[in-house]
Amino acid sequence: MTDGPQLQRRAVVRTLLRDRGELLVVAGLGATAWDLASLGDDPRDFPLWGAMGGAAMVGLGLALAQPTRTVLVLTGDGELLMGLGSLATLAAQRPRNLRLVVLDNEHYGETGRQPTHTARGADLATVALACGFPQARTVRGEDEVAALREELHAGDDLSLAVVKVALTDDPLTLPPRDGSYLKHRLRGVVLGPRAGFQ
Amino acid sequence: MEHGNGWARDIYGVFKAHEIAIVSYVPDAGHRELIALCEADDAIRVVPLTTEEEGVALAAGAHLGGRRAALLMQSSGVGNCVNMFSLITACDFPFLTLVTMRGEFGEFNPWQVPMGQAVPATLAAMGLIAQRAADPDEVGEVVDGAARLAFHSSRGVAVLLAQRMIGAKRFTEGR
Repeated sequence: MTDGPQLQRRAVVRTLLRDRGELLVVAGLGATAWDLASLGDDPRDFPLWGAMGGAAMVGLGLALAQPTRTVLVLTGDGELLMGLGSLATLAAQRPRNLRLVVLDNEHYGETGRQPTHTARGADLATVALACGFPQARTVRGEDEVAALREELHAGDDLSLAVVKVALTDDPLTLPPRDGSYLKHRLRGVVLGPRAGFQ
Repeated sequence: MEHGNGWARDIYGVFKAHEIAIVSYVPDAGHRELIALCEADDAIRVVPLTTEEEGVALAAGAHLGGRRAALLMQSSGVGNCVNMFSLITACDFPFLTLVTMRGEFGEFNPWQVPMGQAVPATLAAMGLIAQRAADPDEVGEVVDGAARLAFHSSRGVAVLLAQRMIGAKRFTEGR
């Protein structure tokens, strides 16, 4: 494993979300949702506990509904592979306030570490570009992660970044499980006191 | 015989009354006129999908951001959505979909029949409410009731548009 990806997913997420301001985050199920929760429970987060393949589209809906806020979809390679067509749908809409970051450890880490297609050559950044994303790239180095954090906040167009991360065992940090609670809490952040009336 | 597709205009009117801001779809001939009406409206964001389940997740995200969405699909698409319906039921999201039915009245394609016949049971199994519209004159009222049930009572609701109603229209327009 020494010549595999070296970046640590928890550290990557911590760097990307440092001083996040009003950034809203939708996290795909499994490890990325636990990564997000490792930073603390936050009302600006919508971590998924299911709906595999749906994270990017939840992000699109939120981004279209709130065009003045930046929305980050944080997900894993397995989750995005299940909804690969959504990359074409996102590119066709091209919401300028939506960013995707894929923490790619090339494995289904939650289910026995079976390799995903990215371990066998599938290149998600190239797929995104081929779907029409204006920007997409793969990040492998520590210094690139800091630069990516700046781009997430300062960028003004749809983008995708694949961050190659090590296959690690991280402490289990779980967000709240009640989807209705997570929903109402995020709507409170986004809509304020009128959230309960619409 | 109605001139054009009166019920599609009625649905569009319901969309406007309920301030639907996002309409996603995988196309079906039965939805053609409604899709065209939505595309001609600058206040509605029309989102074509690669598969119907994308529209389920999209609607959930739109609600998180305070906007209303609707998903248009054919009955075969209901099967594609099954696990994504978990999102609607587990989080009590309001969700409205209009399903043009195949595989029920005078179907000529046997491959449409299994999923078409399974639609009511599939929706029920995932906790969605199905309501049926079979008379062109009642479509607007049924969709309006479904929209109120979805958005005011925060439920997942599907309106099944009967193939008998849609099929008659196809003959008059010659596709």
